[in-house]
Amino acid sequence: MIETKNLKKHFHVGRNQTLHAVDGISLSIAENEILGLVGESGSGKSTFGKTLIGLHERTAGDVFFKGSPLPQKYTAKDHLRYSADIQMIFQDPYASLNPRMTVLDIIGEGLALKGIPRADIQDEVGFWLRRVGLHPDHMSRFPHEFSGGQRQRIGIARAMIIKPKFVVCDEPISALDVSVQAQVVNLLEDLKDSLGLTLLFIAHDLSMVRYISDRMAVMYLGTLVESGPSDAVFFEPKHPYTRLLIQSNPEADPVLERTRPSAELTGEITSPINMGPGCRFADRCPEVMPQCQSVTPESRLIASDHQVACHLYDER
Amino acid sequence: MGTHKLLEVSNLSVEFETYGGVVKAVRGVDFSVDAGEVLAIVGESGCGKSVTVQSIMGIIPMPPGKITGGSAKLKGEEILGLQAQAANQFRGKEIGMIFQDPMTSLNPTMTIGAQIAETLKVHRGLSTQQASEIASELLIRTRIPEAQKRLNQYPFEFSGGMLQRAMIAQSLACSPSLLIADEPTTALDVTIQAQILDLLKELQSRDGMAIILITHDLAVVARTAQNVCVMYAGQIVEQGSVDDIFYKSAHPYTLGLKLAMPSNVSQQNKKLEPIPGSPPDLFSPPSGCGYAARCPHAMRICHKENPPLFSDPREPLHAARCWLQAPGAPKTQGLYQPNLIASHGA
Repeated sequence: MIETKNLKKHFHVGRNQTLHAVDGISLSIAENEILGLVGESGSGKSTFGKTLIGLHERTAGDVFFKGSPLPQKYTAKDHLRYSADIQMIFQDPYASLNPRMTVLDIIGEGLALKGIPRADIQDEVGFWLRRVGLHPDHMSRFPHEFSGGQRQRIGIARAMIIKPKFVVCDEPISALDVSVQAQVVNLLEDLKDSLGLTLLFIAHDLSMVRYISDRMAVMYLGTLVESGPSDAVFFEPKHPYTRLLIQSNPEADPVLERTRPSAELTGEITSPINMGPGCRFADRCPEVMPQCQSVTPESRLIASDHQVACHLYDER
Repeated sequence: MGTHKLLEVSNLSVEFETYGGVVKAVRGVDFSVDAGEVLAIVGESGCGKSVTVQSIMGIIPMPPGKITGGSAKLKGEEILGLQAQAANQFRGKEIGMIFQDPMTSLNPTMTIGAQIAETLKVHRGLSTQQASEIASELLIRTRIPEAQKRLNQYPFEFSGGMLQRAMIAQSLACSPSLLIADEPTTALDVTIQAQILDLLKELQSRDGMAIILITHDLAVVARTAQNVCVMYAGQIVEQGSVDDIFYKSAHPYTLGLKLAMPSNVSQQNKKLEPIPGSPPDLFSPPSGCGYAARCPHAMRICHKENPPLFSDPREPLHAARCWLQAPGAPKTQGLYQPNLIASHGA
């Protein structure tokens, strides 16, 4: 459905300094699949999502949507053209809805741009409000009249009303309470099944990503360290970083937590500015070897559909 | 200290006057903390968990806030409603507090060292020289690398995890007997969260410091707490040991929270069961149980009368505010229902 080859996004941050936010990511998402993308803050997962759909101009690499390449730099026309198939749901339901527009105008804007008559838009918005668990009467209201969970549903309705093929969900549940998170996640799953959607689900909540995704990809400092079927990555992580990341994910089970060893991953994610060759995780890795400092590990297949970029899995 | 608990809060009620009317944010909360205990207060946004501890610390803005009743006793002495000067005697000295967002809780115009030293100078009357020596020891204790250099840096030069450590260091300056941590790891990544939780646990077990941990994350509770209060709509709906809460959930809300979260303990994927609806409006809290409107097991009485806390006399520390725990109530799937006889605080 969508595929990236060696996608890069660098930001110039002045005085010959370059921030390698996304540094050579090759990834593909199959039709009707949910790919969960996890990583710590600063790992570049949101930038990847935005670069993928043209909200950032990419520095290098290719993106293919249904086999045909997407433009490197989007013109206004390109945005209009591709937004019919590709949509995005944003993290902050407070900042991503225009406070001066009614819910009808927010959700119906995509249809209005296509020149659909207002009466039809109203019907369609009413249908979608009901579909995401709100009431059609809500369409004359403004965003401030809704709670966080309700706003996130409005954001979902806005993305879905276009009937896209591919949706990037950038941390759609991080701002929500536990009981409401489950409502939104179940809604996304429903929509995926009924509309045959393909989703890129970006989040830092590992348990939730494992729950919703078919496949899972782990990012560290702009690179992809591991990807594969969700359960394989979660229960049999191969990359030392994935292993430590999953080890530090707490479980709602006190007996299990009592036997959990204390955090082994020390230190913090380093700065992605002006990075040299070598594995990005080398300075924190408990299993670091000499070649990790100098040679960038290639991504290799170690089981069916399970890829790891780590020198531990080099052929000897 | 004698027979006194470290902190004993009883029947605490807090209201806020707003343009829309009076919000009853906390409605009669009782709990206590022993020396060296980690108590978690868990609940969703707006349930009153932060307001509860902020009232105890005397840091809610008054007006519009107003403590309308109850008491909070620190080592037997009342600390509610103290004047600022008297309150400053225990704030920071006896009770330390750390906040959710370390970026906005520290002063951006002061170096980290100066902020920690300020506490020491005010409460312990130390000289600048002595204070900065202790500040550096505190940074080392909270595992901040290159402590000496870090003392002279400003908050913007720190990462989120380091700032949280610096804030913990500052709150430890006067060796408080109680640390209140309000969502200390919510803004942090899981790997950093694990490090900070380990640090808190170490402070508790090594120095015998009591901790009140405010959080919305049950997994954090499971990892850190010994005892738990579950709050909903301004009241404690269930309290008990961490095992009671997780393995013998006696309130449908506690059960609902557990079912709404994904679990990786068994490898199967159980469908998440969201809690329908949203919490009640605290402008005019319902006369019955606050959770009744969302509760799948609600009975007629639940909408009429607010239940008291019920507990089994054999395990008096585990209590739930639910009519399903009353003698003769129907059996409910998944809910822990011992044959309860006692009720208190009706």
